[in-house]
Formats: sequence, structure tokens, C-alpha cells
Amino acid sequence: MPAGFPPHSTTASLPQHSDRGFPFAAAAAAAAGQAPPRPRPAAAMQFMLLFSRQGKLRLQKWYVPLSDKEKKKITRELVQTVLARKPKMCSFLEWRDLKIVYKRYASLYFCCAIEDQDNELITLEIIHRYVELLDKYFGSVCELDIIFNFEKAYFILDEFLLGGEVQETSKKNVLKAIEQADLLQEEAETPRSVLEEIGLT
Amino acid sequence: MLNRKGRRWGADACVVGFSGGGVGAEFGDPLRERMVVPSLKLQDLIEEIRGAKTQAQEREVIQKECAHIRASFRDGDPVHRHRQLAKLLYVHMLGYPAHFGQMECLKLIASSRFTDKRVGYLGAMLLLDERHDAHLLITNSIKNDLSQGIQPVQGLALCTLSTMGSAEMCRDLAPEVEKLLLQPSPYVRKKAILTAVHMIRKVPELSSVFLPPCAQLLHERHHGILLGTITLITELCERSPAALRHFRKVVPQLVHILRTLVTMGYSTEHSISGVSDPFLQVQILRLLRILGRNHEESSETMNDLLAQVATNTDTSRNAGNAVLFETVLTIMDIRSAAGLRVLAVNILGRFLLNSDRNIRYVALTSLLRLVQSDHSAVQRHRPTVVECLRETDASLSRRALELSLALVNSSNVRAMMQELQAFLESCPPDLRADCASGILLAAERFAPTKRWHIDTILHVLTTAGTHVRDDAVANLTQLIGGAQELHAYSVRRLYNALAEDISQQPLVQVAAWCIGEYGDLLLAGNCEEIEPLQVDEEEVLALLEKVLQSHMSLPATRGYALTALMKLSTRLCGDNKAAILEKMPLVERDGPQADEEAKESKEAAQLSEAAPVPTEPQASQLLDLLDLLDGASGDVQHPPPLDPSPGGALIHLLDLPCVPPPPAPIPDLKVFEREGVQLNLSFIRPPENPALLLITVTATNFSEGDVTHFICQAAVPKSLQLQLQAPSGNTVPARGGLPITQLFRILNPNKAPLRLKLRLTYDHFHQSVQEIFEVNNLPVESWQ
Repeated sequence: MPAGFPPHSTTASLPQHSDRGFPFAAAAAAAAGQAPPRPRPAAAMQFMLLFSRQGKLRLQKWYVPLSDKEKKKITRELVQTVLARKPKMCSFLEWRDLKIVYKRYASLYFCCAIEDQDNELITLEIIHRYVELLDKYFGSVCELDIIFNFEKAYFILDEFLLGGEVQETSKKNVLKAIEQADLLQEEAETPRSVLEEIGLT
Repeated sequence: MLNRKGRRWGADACVVGFSGGGVGAEFGDPLRERMVVPSLKLQDLIEEIRGAKTQAQEREVIQKECAHIRASFRDGDPVHRHRQLAKLLYVHMLGYPAHFGQMECLKLIASSRFTDKRVGYLGAMLLLDERHDAHLLITNSIKNDLSQGIQPVQGLALCTLSTMGSAEMCRDLAPEVEKLLLQPSPYVRKKAILTAVHMIRKVPELSSVFLPPCAQLLHERHHGILLGTITLITELCERSPAALRHFRKVVPQLVHILRTLVTMGYSTEHSISGVSDPFLQVQILRLLRILGRNHEESSETMNDLLAQVATNTDTSRNAGNAVLFETVLTIMDIRSAAGLRVLAVNILGRFLLNSDRNIRYVALTSLLRLVQSDHSAVQRHRPTVVECLRETDASLSRRALELSLALVNSSNVRAMMQELQAFLESCPPDLRADCASGILLAAERFAPTKRWHIDTILHVLTTAGTHVRDDAVANLTQLIGGAQELHAYSVRRLYNALAEDISQQPLVQVAAWCIGEYGDLLLAGNCEEIEPLQVDEEEVLALLEKVLQSHMSLPATRGYALTALMKLSTRLCGDNKAAILEKMPLVERDGPQADEEAKESKEAAQLSEAAPVPTEPQASQLLDLLDLLDGASGDVQHPPPLDPSPGGALIHLLDLPCVPPPPAPIPDLKVFEREGVQLNLSFIRPPENPALLLITVTATNFSEGDVTHFICQAAVPKSLQLQLQAPSGNTVPARGGLPITQLFRILNPNKAPLRLKLRLTYDHFHQSVQEIFEVNNLPVESWQ
């Protein structure tokens, strides 16, 4: 790789959190003014987790490469941290060197990890849009829908976000895409011999 | 319309429940007829797992099913492969191992059935990653799907590539993705663009491939494509200064796009709460920030637009505030006009008043980042910031604390400290230490007066003493020491604080030090700055002793208390407590004792000098003294000269341990009274030195007239040694004024019976008084 390009670690793991102590004026001064260039190339959104109030995982979408072990550790710690939050607390928290944006909808927690320079408020909108899409698709979505149709939850997410970035801002377009794919699937599952009978293979 | 809800997974009519029956062969499919193992539907498995009452039961169900799935994979059943994998993906989410499904993903992806591909790609995203060599095997399938697949299939491939594509895969497939950038279908193009973003992140050299198409893509009207393009340009610019320079020329175009969005008005498809496509707006603002940073011209081009967005965006819901927030971040980061910067800070100030906690959070965080560069603008919002100290959410109050401390300056220090000290009293424990140090630091920098400074530190020590840093004690002692005019005030306040509470160690240490240093001022009683307080020595000493003995006191604290007590014993005088005086010889070693020897030898010399001159009335009277004693005990002798090595006697004193408890106290003896003037003797026999007797002579005066020129002389039998210390004074004021005390040291190694003759001379009521007498009723314990 030519020099000058920040190397991408192929064994990237989320860096350990060095004590996020009390910055004081000095550190605030350092952070003021120009934002430093992005230190490492990662997606705006690092991962999204959905989990129940009992801490049961319902969906996990990872946009950074991590080992299964690391994913489990992060999931366990983060779920604990978020579940410990009181209801009146704000939706943002600092965890390791990431910003966590979470929101509870009924019995499900939607939890995203974003980078330091990302906009927390728009992330809340991302979460909300995803919930709206699920709601439209399932018709008044509840946790059970996501449990029994988890693959659908993934498919819908994959039409809304791609590589950790928003790909489609029109609700209509996302739902249309899912519909078409579902239709294709239905057709694909029609028994082969029937197709043969009709004259299609 | 398809019924998506409910428990269907495909239209497979083949399956019966897990426990039961044969395999249906409704369509005569030879493949199906071969199948013997019935397989659970996905939803049925999920139900069964959820029905398990214990973890062990769940594990059992899953292990059984996984065995079936493995068998099915081994048999290579293509029809149900997708269902088997789906079940496997479900148990994987529950935390069970699923690695044996990796190869099945490959097979499913390679299949021509859409259902297979859908599940196969999902499996690849969940089970494969660049650590496994297997992941490279899907490269070919992806390549095929990208070039020949129908759009939904291309979509699946692109999605998978952008989620788990390794650097190697990206290099391999870049040409395919590049082609798709210019395809007519927006569905595929928007995905291809974001896949390009991922590829650049993995393989930065690919920037050269994906940079050229951007200019054309920027002319698209499809929001998804625009959004993806702007994300791509952002990524390119952040990686390469050359790309950054290149894309500065699109600033006017970006401004145009954003302006159109903002003025466009409501569109059902893209609006959220009256804000047109906030996702796209935020992304454009972010790119503008990167392009405008450190670049005068670009900053100027976007200035008006930023002002427009800042003032026109609907702030009633989160979507609008998200856009506003991004606008503020951009304004603060580029070379914007001063007025625009103030506008941005004011927006943050308004955010602080928002009822939505999340908005207040981002405001506090941003203001903290700006407090150095735009100090005066942020200062205007100080009252609101201080209000935020009362937040119930600790992450907000923490930020409010940081910001408040950063806003303290010399003109607002008094008001701010009041607020911060109030906060210190009620803040959550994990913020205490930071708050305390912050207050102390700010006090040091901006204290308007020394007294205020001392008061502030005192308040912090009383409120949060345990959370204060170690150097606070040293700092405070130095501060007080240097403020001479405040010594009396400080010692008084610290004494009061200590009297109330001896548990806060830093406070106790400082108070002990202060009392030791300025105890005399404390006892003097008056201090103009606070109410007069009558404190007597006993109270002070009792308090220090309490500190010394308290189990709450750290060793260092005890050290401070002990030092204070030692200091006080030299500074306080006229104390008739023999215990205090006893401590003195232990501490005073060569130097002071030499003085005492000198004094004593002087006294003895006076006596011996006086003796051989009988004509002097004094001397003759002395002889009289001795004569009387001779009668009782035999030979007359001058009082023996002082032992040439008086250290001998004194050495015995040095042997004395610290405050040995006297066996039984010898009662005091009143030996003289005349017209309100009294003389009292008190006796001490130190247990370690049986030959030693210490007598303290105390002269008191309860008459209406002063006693002046008081001298007391003594004589003992020749077998005893007598040493007189200098008296505390020559005057006893009238009406119970400060008594005169004097110490006699008598060495009586042979335990000879003690006899003591005293001669007093003084002036009283304008008359000279002289009294000579032998002390009667000396207690036997004083010499036996």
C-alpha cells in the first residue's frame, strides 16, 4: 500500500477504551476548533443491535469485521450497560471510544454504535425510520414478529442501510423493494413440477 | 397482497411436525420421496426453543436440531438447504456455534433459486468474515451475480460485498461494481455507490477508480443516488488532500442542491416532520464542512446558505434539530463570518432550553468544544448552563459541570462559585472529586480576596473533604501561612469547623496545623471579622487529644495533631497542669537544658555568694534559714554547689518515658496565706526516678492589690539536692490575676525525710512583705 493512506487493519477490533476522564479546559481546548482527520476508516455506523428487556438478542448487524468472540463480548457488555440506564436518561452514552445511540420501542431496545464525529440526532432518525419500516411491513410490529421473522428484519434493514450508510431515504422505495423480493421468493418456492407442467422451468 | 405476518416460511407443503409422520409426496417429486428425515419449519423450531423452560432444555432442543441439520447438510439436500440454514442462523443468534453452515452458504449463493440466494447471502454476512479463507470462495458467485443477475440478486450481492467484503474481494470485484455505477436502474446504482465507499475504505487505491464517476452522479435527482454520491465524495476527500482540492469545485453545486431541498417544501416521499430529507441535508452539510474547512473561498460560498438553513429549519421535532445541529457544527468548523458564528452559538444556547434531554446533551457537548475558541459567545449562555447543573441525568450534569468550570472568570467567580458549591453539596458521588478539584482550581486562579479564597477552600473541605486531592492540605496551609492578616480569622474558623466534625481528614489536618501555629490568637479571644468566641486552653487541648485518639484519624492526621500539641506547649504559658510541663523536658534536649543549667547555677551561685557575707541582711537571713534546718538534721552546710556535671541529674530526666502515669497523685499543700495572697505546693514523684521530687510552687492573689517584686527562696537539708527554676514572673495581679509558678527539683537518693524552708519577699498594698517559714505537714509520699 502506498504511504500516506491510512492502513486498514484487517484484524480490526474496537480499540480499548482509555479512561474517558474529566477533560477540563485543556482537553476542551484541544478538541475545539478543527476536528482531527478520521483516524481509521470505518463505517459511520459500526453496528446495530436489537435486544429485549431481558437482554435476549433479536438482531445483530455488524459493519466492522470482528471475531465471534469479540462480538459476543461487546454485545454482552453493551446490553448490560444499556439495560442499566434509567428511563429518564438521555439516549446517548459514551462507551469505549464510540458513541452509543439507543431507543426503546415497546419491549425492544434499538442500539447503534456510531463514530465520534457522527451526528447523534440523525442516528435517532435512522432508528426511527427503521422501526417505521418494520411497522409498515408487519402491520403494527411487535417483538414476536421480529423473533419469528428475523430474516425479514434483516432484509428490510439491508434495503435501508448499506455498509453502515443510509442508502434510501424514501420509505416507499424501501418497502417496494422488499415487496418485489418477497414476490420473487414466493415464485421461487412454487414447486418445480408445477412450473414444469405449466411450461416454465 | 402477500400476508407477511405470521408463521409462514415459504410454501413448502412437505413438512410434518418434528415428532411425527411420514413425508408427504404430494407432487411425486423424486427428491422428496427420497427424503426420510422430516425437518422442522423455521417457525416451529423457534416455537419449540421458546417453549423450553430451562437453559438446559433449550440446549437439548437445539443440539438435537443441529444434529439433524448437520445430517441434512451431509446428505446434500438442496431443496431444504435454505430452511436448514435459516434455522442455523437463528440458533447462531442465540449464541450457539454455526460454523458448519459456512459451506452451505456458498452452495446456496451458487444456486439459481432466489430463495436460496436470499438466505445464502444472509448467511454469508452473518457467518463468514475475512478471517475465514472460505469467504474468498464466494467471490466468484458474487461476480456472476453482479454481472448477470436480475436486479434483486445484484442488490443481494452488493449488500453482502459492502458488509463483509475483504480487501482481496474488493480488489477482485471493483471492475464489476464500477460498471454498475452507470447502470440505468437507480436501485442498483445507489447500492453500487455505497459498495464503492466500502471498497475505498478497504483498499484506498481504489479511489482512483471511483473518483471519476462522481461528477456525473452528482447531477442525479434520485435521492438515494445523491446521498450515496455525497457519501462517496466525503470518503474520497477525507482520505486524500488531492481529492479534497479536486472536489472544492463542486461546492456551488452542493449549495444549489441543498438550497433546492430547503426551499422545496413538503414532499411526502422524503420529508420527516416538515423537513425535506433530513438524511440528505445532513450528509451535504457534512461534506460542506470538510470542503470549507481552512478554505476562505469555499466558506464564503456557503455562508448565506448556512445562515438560511440555520434560520429556516423547523425546530419543533428531532429531524429539524438534527439538521440544525449539523449546520452548527459546519458553521463552527469553517471560516465563517463572525455573525454566523454567534448565530451558531445562540442556536446551541436555545438547544439548552429545549425540553428534549437529547438536544440538551448535544448542546452541552458542542458548547464544551467551543468554549475556548468562542469564549465570549458561550459566556452569554452561562446562566442556562448553570441551570443544567440541576439535571437528573448524570451525563448531562457532568457536561454542565465541565462547561461551568470552563466559564469561570474573574468577573463572575463569586456567583459561579456559589452555584458550584451548591452543586457540590448535592451532586452524585462520582462527580464529587472532579467538582471539588474544579472549584479549588478556579478559586486559585480567580479568588477576589484571600479571605474569600480561604472560605471557599474551607467550604470544599467541609462538604467534600474525602474527595479532595492530596495537595489541597499543603496548598491551604501555605495560603493561610502567607496571609498574616487572616491568621486569627483562619484559626477561629478552622477551630469551629473542627469542633463540629473531626472525620474529614484534610480538614482536620489543616485545622490541627493552624491551631498549632496560631493557637495563641485563638485563645486571645477577639477577632474583628467574626463573632468573639471564648475558647480556653483546655478545650483546645481536649479537641486535639480527641483527634489524636480518634479511630477515624489517619496516621498523617495524628502526626498533625501531635505536632500541634507540641507547638502549643511552647506557645501557651502559665498553665498549671503539671502534665504539660512534664512533656517539655522530654522534647528539649541539649540547647534549652543548657540554659536551665545556666539559670540554676546562677541561682545557686547567688545563694552561695550571699552566704559568706554575713553583713548583708539577705545573707544573714539565709543563714538563719539554714540554722533552723541544722537544728533538725545535723551539720550546717552551705547549700552544696551544683553538681559539676548537672547533666547527671538531668540525664535521669531524659530517661523519663512519655507521660508515665503517676502511681497515686500526692495531694497539694497550701503552705501560706496572708491577706489574700496564697502559696500552694504540688508534688510529682516520677516513677522511673524514685530519687526525684518535683514541686510546683504557685502563688495566687485574690486581694484587691497587686503583688509585685515577688521572690521565693528555698532551703532543704544537706543530704538533699535542690535546684530552682526561674519563676514564671514577679507579679501576681489582683483579683485572681495570672499566678506565678516556679518549679523546684529535689533529688533525694537516700530517702531522707524532706524538710523545706521557704522565704518570701514581695510588695503588697505599698508595703514590703517578708515571710520565712518551714513547711509543715509535708506528705510522706514526697520523700519515702
